[in-house]
Amino acid sequence: MTRDRRPAPARLSPSDVLRVGAAGLRSRPARVVLSALGIAIGIATMIAVIGISSSSREELLRQLDRLGTNLLTVSPGQTVFGQDAELPTGALAMVERIGPVYTAAATGSVEKATVRRTDRIPEAVTGGIAVQAATTELLTTLEGAVVRGTWLNAATERQPAVVLGAKAAERLGITRAGLQVWMGGRWFTVIGILGPMPLAPEIERSALVGFPAAEEHLGFDGHPTTIYERSSEEAVEAVRAVLPRTVSPENPEEVEVSRPSDALAARAAAAGAFTNLLLGLGAVALLVGGVGVANTMVISVLERRREIGLRRSLGATRGQVRVQFLAESLLLSALGGVTGAVLGALATVGYALSRDWPPVVPPWAIGGAVGATLVIGTLAGIYPAMRAARLSPTVALATA
Amino acid sequence: MSEPYSRPHVVELRGVSKSYGGVRALRGVDLTVADGELLAIVGPSGSGKSTMLHLIGTLDLPTSGDVHIAGHDVATLSDRELSALRARYLGFVFQQFHLAAGVSALDNVADGLLYTGTPLRVRRERAAAALERVGLGHRLGHRPHQLSGGEQQRVAVARAVAGGPSLLLADEPTGNLDSAAGAEVLRVLGDLHAAGTTIAVITHDMEIAEWCPRRVRVRDGLIVEDSGSGRAAPGGTGNGGPGRTAPAGRGGAVAAELAKGAGE
Repeated sequence: MTRDRRPAPARLSPSDVLRVGAAGLRSRPARVVLSALGIAIGIATMIAVIGISSSSREELLRQLDRLGTNLLTVSPGQTVFGQDAELPTGALAMVERIGPVYTAAATGSVEKATVRRTDRIPEAVTGGIAVQAATTELLTTLEGAVVRGTWLNAATERQPAVVLGAKAAERLGITRAGLQVWMGGRWFTVIGILGPMPLAPEIERSALVGFPAAEEHLGFDGHPTTIYERSSEEAVEAVRAVLPRTVSPENPEEVEVSRPSDALAARAAAAGAFTNLLLGLGAVALLVGGVGVANTMVISVLERRREIGLRRSLGATRGQVRVQFLAESLLLSALGGVTGAVLGALATVGYALSRDWPPVVPPWAIGGAVGATLVIGTLAGIYPAMRAARLSPTVALATA
Repeated sequence: MSEPYSRPHVVELRGVSKSYGGVRALRGVDLTVADGELLAIVGPSGSGKSTMLHLIGTLDLPTSGDVHIAGHDVATLSDRELSALRARYLGFVFQQFHLAAGVSALDNVADGLLYTGTPLRVRRERAAAALERVGLGHRLGHRPHQLSGGEQQRVAVARAVAGGPSLLLADEPTGNLDSAAGAEVLRVLGDLHAAGTTIAVITHDMEIAEWCPRRVRVRDGLIVEDSGSGRAAPGGTGNGGPGRTAPAGRGGAVAAELAKGAGE
């Protein structure tokens, strides 16, 4: 018996697969929107969490960039006997002589003095404000700004004049220059108030007077407690290495050198760490969304037995039926994924702008969201697609 | 797109039996259908005619016996190959039209060619031509709910014949229609037959059976009467070729009579 060649099924083109998958969705818009919403919420949460923490980190990095990382501080450590060490009085001059150092300043803690709004306030109520002597270069070295009044100069550093750090002024309730405060048993005139100092928060909480004035009126011993210096960026490590021996040739081990920007850099690095919990929350939402898609697909297969039977009678192979429902599931979750990515990005931009941060949505987050969506869509679609493909065409057509 | 096949018969059943569990729905059936025939497979419900439809349509396999469709021994084909066979050689029309809601008549028909590997543009062209053949050339953009029952079934017929199948299987094609709409569908089937399409109508309706040149009566899983293929296939002009050489009068006239008779 002769027989011509065996019939081979035609392949569905990718665009036909898309058309067939989309056709199933188009006929049930409300259900599609609701089940895509589940995926969208999960993706939006994850994108927003990643985006907002990235924006926050970007803001810290930019701040770091603005403030510079070339500031080093020198402070006394402890002697070998466990006592507090002192920096020599000539330490500042020694630091200024290091080649790459272009600016240096010192502050000295005036232990005995406190600053109070008036002499009627008990001495114990200091408000956590430290009284410090400061050299006139301090403002330049810290690249700080005076928001009210002026900074100390060669004249006022000898006078009972004081410049308040931002927090100190706030705690004393002083909002303008010209007022007087009670320091070390006499009145000092406030001549200026400083702005924020992200690299030297201790200055924000200080009342600063000139070195000569501190020695004359407050019994200051002249030993600096912190030296601030800036050098060229590339020489920072070299300067750091020579600082202890320069400041205190006899006891270099009693000198501590630190880089304030390191703390900021550490904060930037840590900015992403605590978001894991929120990311987990987003992942749970995504999982629930995936279950929703699977549920929708299972119901869809049950409802569309006749359509499946018809397609089988038109010549669809089991594989083509399977592909149709997989495509539908993928499209459904992709719809949710894209919506979620847009919503998450919008949330990030909105939040970042409201906080004056640079909005950052990392491309890897978008890529990850798309990948997660495809995985979810496939997983959610496999079982319903298998069920649809397994359906016998006669049974499917018989369900009238 | 029709391929030549060596066997003279579109359908050949030899000693075909089908059991579901312990129930024997078909008990040794022999049937041959030649190219270009119009036959009715008629019988009461439970007679086994639906089982025959499923076996001829390769939607199901026999428990025993041989089924040859368009020259292919169904038993030797895999599920994939059977699907390809249906896509290429068979067209189905069902009692409940099975049209996709919200999709235009044109795309409903074009989707019938989805599994033949035809590009979308060609599918739409053929769909338009098929709708023209069933007299719905003016309704291409209408959706199913905008069409009457008869028109919907004609769309389904257009979908079944758009690919030029060797055999059109119509399962109670008028079962859901009033007599006027039913006559309208039968007229279309008659015209297609006249143009060379091989058609098997499965029905319990004797009037429709009488309308067909050949009647195969089925009862209790056996063929109890076969009026025989009264005429031989006229040169095998099947497969939807525009062979309008066959006289168009006969089928149309019967359909018109039927319409008169049923519309009383």
